[in-house]
Amino acid sequence: MTTASIATAAERLAPRRRFVVVRKLARHRSFRIGFVVVLLLVIAALAAPVLTGLDPTAMRVRFRFRPPQWDFPFGSDRFGRDIFTRVLYGAQISLWIGLGTTLLSGFVGAAVGVVAAQFRYLDAPLMRLMDALMAFPAILLAIGLAATLGPGLGNLIIALSVAYMPRTARLVRASALVVRELEFVDAARVAGAGHLRIMLRHLLPNCMGPLLVQLTFVFAYAILAEAALSFLGIGVPPPAPSWGNIVAEGRDFAVEAWWIMLFPGIAISLAALGMNLLGDGLRDVLDPRLKIEG
Amino acid sequence: MASGRLGGLASPLMRQLARQLAQAVPVLLIVAVLTFFLMHLLPGDPAVLIAGPEASREAVAQIRTQLGLDLPLHEQLFVWFTHLARGDLGRSLVLNQPVTEAVLERLPVTMSLALISFALTLPLGIGAGVLAACFRNTWFDAFVMLLALIGVSAPSFWIAILSVLLFSVSLGWLPSAGYVPIAQGMWPWFAALLQPALILALFQIGFLARITRSAMLDVLDQDFIRTARAKGVSEWKTISKHAFRNTLIPVVTVCGIIFSLLVGGSVVIEQVFALPGIGRLIVQAIIGRDYPVVQGTLLLLGFVFVLLNLAIDVLYTFIDPRIRYG
Amino acid sequence: MSAAPLLSVQDLTVRFRADSGWMTAIEEVGFDLMQGENLGIVGESGSGKSVTALSILRLHARTTTAIPKGRILYDGRDLLTMPERELRAVRGGEIAMIFQDPMSSLNPVLTVADQITETLRLHQNLDAAAARKRAIELLDLVRIADAPRRVDEYPHRLSGGMRQRVMIAIAIACRPKLLIADEPTTALDVTIQAQILELLRDLQAELGMSVILISHDLGVIAEFAQRVLVMYAGRIVEQASVRQLFRKPLHPYTDGLLAAVPRVDADVHRLPAIPGSIPDPNEMIAGCRFSPRCLEAIASCRAQAPALLDAGEGRRARCPPRIGSLTAP
Repeated sequence: MTTASIATAAERLAPRRRFVVVRKLARHRSFRIGFVVVLLLVIAALAAPVLTGLDPTAMRVRFRFRPPQWDFPFGSDRFGRDIFTRVLYGAQISLWIGLGTTLLSGFVGAAVGVVAAQFRYLDAPLMRLMDALMAFPAILLAIGLAATLGPGLGNLIIALSVAYMPRTARLVRASALVVRELEFVDAARVAGAGHLRIMLRHLLPNCMGPLLVQLTFVFAYAILAEAALSFLGIGVPPPAPSWGNIVAEGRDFAVEAWWIMLFPGIAISLAALGMNLLGDGLRDVLDPRLKIEG
Repeated sequence: MASGRLGGLASPLMRQLARQLAQAVPVLLIVAVLTFFLMHLLPGDPAVLIAGPEASREAVAQIRTQLGLDLPLHEQLFVWFTHLARGDLGRSLVLNQPVTEAVLERLPVTMSLALISFALTLPLGIGAGVLAACFRNTWFDAFVMLLALIGVSAPSFWIAILSVLLFSVSLGWLPSAGYVPIAQGMWPWFAALLQPALILALFQIGFLARITRSAMLDVLDQDFIRTARAKGVSEWKTISKHAFRNTLIPVVTVCGIIFSLLVGGSVVIEQVFALPGIGRLIVQAIIGRDYPVVQGTLLLLGFVFVLLNLAIDVLYTFIDPRIRYG
Repeated sequence: MSAAPLLSVQDLTVRFRADSGWMTAIEEVGFDLMQGENLGIVGESGSGKSVTALSILRLHARTTTAIPKGRILYDGRDLLTMPERELRAVRGGEIAMIFQDPMSSLNPVLTVADQITETLRLHQNLDAAAARKRAIELLDLVRIADAPRRVDEYPHRLSGGMRQRVMIAIAIACRPKLLIADEPTTALDVTIQAQILELLRDLQAELGMSVILISHDLGVIAEFAQRVLVMYAGRIVEQASVRQLFRKPLHPYTDGLLAAVPRVDADVHRLPAIPGSIPDPNEMIAGCRFSPRCLEAIASCRAQAPALLDAGEGRRARCPPRIGSLTAP
């Protein structure tokens, strides 16, 4: 991360330039596609009750294992539940978890990063803690925490946030350290600005570029991680229609009733794809030289 | 003469290495402490939760003493560390064997899977990224990047199911599950691992390809590439000699993350393909509330990765002349 | 002209593709360079001087550059249409180039020896030992002390001045007939600047090469060049010998440039600045591109784009009113 790239990203996010940024984003092809995909998913999730009158958990055994047809656009599973309905309600779960994880890990990570950059004596212990957390593969950390904290959406969000927060913290710290050396921070200090003011008004706003890019990718990771955890049986507990759950249920009938596991899988892929494209677009516009830090 | 370059013990390089080593030690300690506290994050009395809802009072008490949960917290921590120093990671409640033994039994499986996967990831990922960068903005670039994008977006467990449907059920080319030890033959061992390793690698290949392309494009935009062309160096040589070497430096730092993703991903893949590896061990331990195994395995993995990252940091120090001879 | 020019740039027009579409970087640039001559190209950032220099060796990014018009004749061949393999022989072998920032222009992971011997082995087919020996000789030639040790260093260990000398060593390694120096001293301290310029002058005399020196610094041009091209907004606006230019500039822009140079011997309270700013490359200006900022502009300047007119004594300027008053009785 160079001073130039941070400065460029910061400059592009300055209030007067924001409109230019939005226009550039609108012209970027990846961003447009990603935006449309995510928007459609959000609409599908929010409008689920409208798009389908059915209850995702209602079992109608008479209609079990129906292949895709007019009444059951995505077919039905072994309890006669409509897959289309389940996938739509599943979108609510996945998007909620994605959003929750992104916000929580972003908030905590940014706080840790900025504090570490501002208070040098806290830097080493905080970063060693982050290093320790990052020593575990993210998904394993999430699995361990999720299993320990117990089932539930909130716990899942906490578990995933703890897993992805260290990367965000490191990223923000790196940006903040660079920003700290820029002259306007010295000017603020000379003018008598206290720590909190410097952190909130000067450091943090200028780290937003890399942070935003990272958070869109965290959203994608969170969706994939939640799906994997639910698939393993450690995520959102059934009969909640998490996409991962549906794929797990469909696995046993993969040959005879292929539709059960196909559509939720496509949904997961689309959600992650959309967020990845958004992230690519943001990164290209805010500064083509910003690299993804894993 | 060149002999003095690496210097003696006080040289900047040696000091850098010492510093990296010194930084790893507190991390290892924190990893140990964090895994210790995992069990204590359980909402409620750990002994009760581990024993299960149907356990009798005697069973709960037995578990409490067995896991040393009747001691005060700081004493438990002390016991944890002393056991650690001896290499004792606890004893599995379900499998009735030391955790260390359980892990070592399953290590070859996960290692085989991870190594084959890694061996697939590096050339495919780096190759795709480099080629995409060289042919930037052509249909080839777009195609490769689309594949990479799908790789990092499609959930591996889902692709695994689809792949098994195609390659095992329909075509019958590869086994759909199970692990074959090398002792039973090189090819059967490889055939059983090929599908899981490839699917496990998909995310990493996509990830690596995207990062490599980005790094390569960065390098190709640098001034020294223009200098090389101005000297009359051929396009091929400019890329392979001047650009590639500079691209490798940031890519090496990503290798630690790649391996971490591989091990993480193996948790799911081992479950889908019924491979008796460490990932499967953890999942089964979690479902079976076998906390000593969860703790011990996480600790072990944490240690391995701290050391792996240290090794990569050291490697990076050696291959970047700006740091090595800084 | 009696002798044939070493390099003849004719009618060169270069366009770049940006986000918003194609923009013209330089338009109808033309000049001749004789053997052994020192030509300076001066202008602000964005005037097109670097673009012109890079075009000679075709160093622009291929996918985003278009050269719709122009020829660059070297040794009777057109560099712009030459096949790649021939061009590569010319690059470094007959025409060499050094750039502004020596730190970023040298490969950080290769030693100095590596980078110098690369040129030698490419164009002169020397083996490793001979090339290394020659590399050390070249470092001596560019006045780097302790050459046998320095040759194995990595670029980041050298000072800015030394790096630029290394770049010069690489450039002159194969005794090129023409050296293009794009802002070679801009990134260096003033004292080092003088040393580098002196080095370039001495090398030029020793090797008999021609030099094109690009700079925004009039002082550098004055000290080094024999002939000068002044560029503005992608066009050549004046062409003269150094003496002629500094004694009596013809184009109003050159006037402005010279007036803005601080002088030790004059008592000036405020440096005059040319009002306005350089036009955006996408901007379509009818007439003379300098007219919006020119204090002497008349109606005809804004109506019709002026041509580069002959002003006698080998001078040319793109300013009809001024030239007109020159030749007027």
